[in-house]
Amino acid sequence: MKFSNGFSIGQFIPGESFVHSLDPRCRITGMFILLVLPFSAEKPLDFVPAVFCLYVISAASRIPFAKLLRSGRPVLFLIAFTAILNLFWTPGHEVARLGPLRITSEGINLAFCMSLRIYCLVMTAAVLMMTTSPMDFASGAERLMSPLALVKFPVSEIAMMMTIALRFIPTLFDESERIMKAQISRGADFESGGLIKRARAYIPILAPLFIQVFTRADSLATAMESRCYVPGAPRTRLNPLVWSARDTAAMACAVAFVVFSAVWNRYI
Amino acid sequence: MEQGPIFSIQGAEFSYKGASSPAVKNVDLSVASGEWVALLGINGSGKSTLAKMMNALLIPTRGACFVMGMDTSDPELAAAIRQNVALVFQNPDDQIVASIVEEDVAFGPENLGLPSETIRARVDRALRLTGLSEMRRRGSYSLSGGQKQRLALAGALAMEPEALILDESTSMLDPEGRASFLNCLRELNARGITIVQITHRMEEVAHASRIVVARSGEVAWDGSPDFFWEEKCAGFGFDIPQELELLRSLRDGGFVPAGTKPAVHDLLEALCL
Repeated sequence: MKFSNGFSIGQFIPGESFVHSLDPRCRITGMFILLVLPFSAEKPLDFVPAVFCLYVISAASRIPFAKLLRSGRPVLFLIAFTAILNLFWTPGHEVARLGPLRITSEGINLAFCMSLRIYCLVMTAAVLMMTTSPMDFASGAERLMSPLALVKFPVSEIAMMMTIALRFIPTLFDESERIMKAQISRGADFESGGLIKRARAYIPILAPLFIQVFTRADSLATAMESRCYVPGAPRTRLNPLVWSARDTAAMACAVAFVVFSAVWNRYI
Repeated sequence: MEQGPIFSIQGAEFSYKGASSPAVKNVDLSVASGEWVALLGINGSGKSTLAKMMNALLIPTRGACFVMGMDTSDPELAAAIRQNVALVFQNPDDQIVASIVEEDVAFGPENLGLPSETIRARVDRALRLTGLSEMRRRGSYSLSGGQKQRLALAGALAMEPEALILDESTSMLDPEGRASFLNCLRELNARGITIVQITHRMEEVAHASRIVVARSGEVAWDGSPDFFWEEKCAGFGFDIPQELELLRSLRDGGFVPAGTKPAVHDLLEALCL
């Protein structure tokens, strides 16, 4: 049994692709622009440009599309839950009846669109995190949020927190697996029984995991302090952010594609 | 001009909040530039507290600690002290901040506000010294335990310190990783970097120029390794390393000259001569 099976959000994959070479500010802003596609879609066919766009980005970042598709696995439960809610509780023209529950054509459309929307959102976030190292992501986010510093928002501290949170995702999964295996070796059972029994079985994992997280946070804070980190103090960068012509071109392409798709969906 | 000691601890005492007795007490210790000091002691003997005092992470509650003449109790001097004294901890996973090898090495110099070119030069040098140049773009999570520890060392070296404090930094390494890490330390010490190595392993202190034993928060013994091996090792409850047993037999048989260090490398060298 593997705790992190298929979980790939937040796992940066180093590479030398075109997408990897873009400025992180371009990648973050581009992600928000491209999210307009799934969020403006009103019928299943409207998602074609969004999926096509994700396919092109995965090719340009040399990340297999199948890997990108797998990144949505952790939210399948949420998607199923949302789909069921929309399917049975959307008013409209009834097409079928399951006891007291009515299924409407509008409900089918909404359930389908909502599921695809969430899946596209997760895939878009995943491709960003797979192509952007936590340090790059943090410094990109820090620069984009820099106007907030004028109102005393702790921008650099938030950026450092993001870096550390993303850096520790794989470490925490490793730790969870280690604890889980230790509990299994002592007779713990995580795979049988109902939902409540299974949820209860995870308590012996969460307690030591929380303790480890706090101990690790304390050690990391000491190590960072010993390496001259001072919260809020100005820092320089090994790779300073440089906005180049290719970033402008990539951004223009993203905007043009979103506008084109919006027009296409509306009139075609 | 005579150079002052790198570390000068004078009558230092430190108590953690809520503790019934001090973790460190009545410590007087002076470490000269270029020395390799092995700090030995059982768990709870105050070794790690002493290491943190030497990096201005803990301030003595009584007495004083000076690093290159700078008083660690002066908060204004903390950054200058930490630039000159780098600390490497036991678990590399607790000190690696970034996901990419070179980005983690650059973390310290970035905090110093150095220009990018200077940071790049320091990162290149630290990676070369620790043999990680080929892995600079790799994810830090994908490294082996030994490589992670070398990464932690590279992060410390990028600060271009005068002294390195290693707090049981080899305890999580396999024999091969430990040998490679110790070779790296030998090279650094040969370049003039002062090393204070906290360890439990007797076989690791063979290269030290001086041994300090901590017991119940105090310095129980401070002297030369030769005397320690001959007279004190067993007296403090430490196991005599196999290398030392072998050295004694070889020396008694006249196979190696007196003064050969009880390390495999030195034994082989002496036998081959």
